[in-house]
Amino acid sequence: MHLHDLWFILIAVLWTGYFFLEGFDFGIGILTRTLARDTSERRVLINTIGPVWDGNEVWLLTAGGATFAAFPDWYATLFSGFYIPLLVILVCLIVRGVAFEYRAKRTEERWQRNWELAVFWTSLVPAFLWGVAFANIVHGVDIDRQKNYVGTFWDLLSPYAILGGLTTLVLFTFHGAVFAALKTVGDIRDRARAQALLLGLGTAVLALAFLIWTQADSGNGWSLAAMIVAVLALLGALAANQAGREGWAFALSGATVAAATAMLFLALFPDVMPSTLDPAFSLTVTNASSSPYTLKVMTVVAVVFTPIVLLYQAWTYWVFRRRIGVQHIPATVQH
Amino acid sequence: MDLAVAHETVARWQFGITTVYHFLFVPLTISLAAVVAGLETAWVRTGKEKYFHATKFWGKLFLINIAMGVVTGIVQEFQFGMNWSDYSRFVGDVFGAPLAMEALIAFFFESTFIGLWIFGWDRLPRKIHCACIWMVAIGTALSAYFILAANSWMQHPVGYRVDPATGKAQLTDIGRVLFQNTTLVQVFHTLTAAFLTGAAFVVGIASYHLWRAKRGKESDRRKTAAMRTSLRLGLAMAVVAGLGTAVSGDSLAKVMFEQQPMKMAAAEALWDTQAPAPFSIFAVGDVNKGHNDVELEIPGILSFLAKGDFSSAVPGINDTADAEAAKYGGQPQDYIPNIFVTYWGFRLMIGFGMTSFVAALIGLWTTRRRFWLAEEFRTGEDEPPRLMLTKHREMSVFFTRWSWRIGILTMGFPLIANSFGWIFTEMGRQPWVVFGLMKTANASSPSVSVGMQTGGLITLTALYAILAVIEVRLLVKYAKPGPDTSEQPPAKDPTLRGPSSDEDADKPLAFAY
Repeated sequence: MHLHDLWFILIAVLWTGYFFLEGFDFGIGILTRTLARDTSERRVLINTIGPVWDGNEVWLLTAGGATFAAFPDWYATLFSGFYIPLLVILVCLIVRGVAFEYRAKRTEERWQRNWELAVFWTSLVPAFLWGVAFANIVHGVDIDRQKNYVGTFWDLLSPYAILGGLTTLVLFTFHGAVFAALKTVGDIRDRARAQALLLGLGTAVLALAFLIWTQADSGNGWSLAAMIVAVLALLGALAANQAGREGWAFALSGATVAAATAMLFLALFPDVMPSTLDPAFSLTVTNASSSPYTLKVMTVVAVVFTPIVLLYQAWTYWVFRRRIGVQHIPATVQH
Repeated sequence: MDLAVAHETVARWQFGITTVYHFLFVPLTISLAAVVAGLETAWVRTGKEKYFHATKFWGKLFLINIAMGVVTGIVQEFQFGMNWSDYSRFVGDVFGAPLAMEALIAFFFESTFIGLWIFGWDRLPRKIHCACIWMVAIGTALSAYFILAANSWMQHPVGYRVDPATGKAQLTDIGRVLFQNTTLVQVFHTLTAAFLTGAAFVVGIASYHLWRAKRGKESDRRKTAAMRTSLRLGLAMAVVAGLGTAVSGDSLAKVMFEQQPMKMAAAEALWDTQAPAPFSIFAVGDVNKGHNDVELEIPGILSFLAKGDFSSAVPGINDTADAEAAKYGGQPQDYIPNIFVTYWGFRLMIGFGMTSFVAALIGLWTTRRRFWLAEEFRTGEDEPPRLMLTKHREMSVFFTRWSWRIGILTMGFPLIANSFGWIFTEMGRQPWVVFGLMKTANASSPSVSVGMQTGGLITLTALYAILAVIEVRLLVKYAKPGPDTSEQPPAKDPTLRGPSSDEDADKPLAFAY
């Protein structure tokens, strides 16, 4: 196997990790409006991801940095081409991080309500836009001979891309609801399970449409296999959720996210950004990648440090393994 | 304006604004993490209450600050691709590597352990909790290292070749990129400056509280004890870091004289080569012209800064521009950076940085508790210090008042120095984005329209302005009351096994958003 193929896989893994982890973070953010009934329930939800959302977000930065290092042209074309959606995602991630940290720093009701609204919108918008972005990457966009995106912002909002956006939005919200059921205790836990059922059914409809469209548009044998895994995992997650097996439900909703992401990357390979103008202009793992030396250096770094990251992040989840309920929320905020 | 010029200008303004803004938080994050780690270690080891209160107090301010540092850092990683895609294509093979290493090695580390530290007060044994903040401190410093390695490569590209087939830079030696002397001195200079920044921040806020206590406006002696400890820690740190900043600044200048003579000539507005070369303290008149109306100079000092002796010739702007034009083509004036910005940026950096160092040196001496101090002037550790000049002589009332005020004011000085330092070093490299290899004019994104760029610039600037107001008001809100002395550490050391009884299991969280 060539190193640039390995790095394609590694970048797919980083995005999968990002969508798996920040997927439920986004879901929790959205559920603060649809599931939580009052401020203390909103705080229960936010605190289920409190200790971990920041570490989860770094998966995005690592995916971005790894793309820059391993496929500079992919990074350059993608980030300059998808300028407006990425700017919107940036603004959301900035506000979202501050919203978590600052919401409880003042006691005024208006202050807290505004930050809560911010948490909702800045979770919802990126959850949608990442789907739009990836649908466009897989389908291909107007890339010219100089590897530059020459389409407009509106070209990125094709029906297929919007379907992709809705799929990630509902899938992440479902993943978040399953996570909420796993991490909370009391009334909210039961309601999380009930909402997970509805969201899971919604995901099934949207994801099936989107994945079949993807398969028809740019699929191959491998992507079909991943698609079948995704669908089975989703059905399993729904069944486990109904059976009250929350740990299994979460593992399987995570597997759904992972398999769906894998499917997108499998459908993409060996391109990294296909051109719809002329296949000859497409960015591929070969013509967009770094030199073998850089890839070798980065492989060593990744092989050494990725397991360490996984270890301490897993440890964090273990430390904060206990469920949270309204009784755990301090009346006055302490710091 | 010409569209191509507008393109570059807007992209540069955005990079300048977002980066200078980000770097207001970075040095504070690096140094406050270490301050909090030091204080928590002192608490874990001694069990003294004042260390606990100080840890909590500075911890709060640290968290308000790091939140902004983290979120503004995301922009940094995205905008190379968004606004500078031609740059990214050209350098990605080399420049991407330290960036990716930063994310994988440092950023994961600090972001994960900060979560453990914030929420771990009732989940982790004290020693492990304390270890977490050390991890954060190490992570932030490592972050700085990788980013500075990337930046140093733009200042002085090494360990690469230009691939004849693609015309792009290609990494040939990662060791040279990570360990070249430009990287090492930049890291040394930036980290010492970061510690000076955090130290001045601590000194400023502690001075505010002690000056209040001094005037009888604060009766809680436990607060005063925590603030006095903090003041001494801050002053000592500022002196050591200030010294380090000066030494490392001198090393960095020597490296720069060698690698980017134009930057240093511009820093001095030294138009003509001189031997020995004087150091200009200030100039009146247009530094953009060859001759200044009034100029205060110290003879020979620039030669010393450049070469380590008082007589060597230092090349001037005109000769350097001629040499670069002959080497790279074009007109000499194409190679002259903005002299006004570099000249004054350099002076403001040194001026503000060294003022806080000198203030700290005076503060460290005058606030001493025992050393060379007559018995009757000694103060208890929970009292504000008297400002003692000699063994028996206290500062006059007038000077005491102003000393405390200057102590408070000093807080912002290193922040200003840092910003001007970066503006100087980046503006002084122009017209190059990668020195000698790629000009900034060729680096921006051809596929992004000026309209989109302007939209991005306005959006981010407006957002940053709003967040600045919110952040500063929060800092003031939390800094003003001082440590919350009613706060007590958990009665028993938490264990990793979890709560021992159901009652414990239903206890409210020690920290919740």
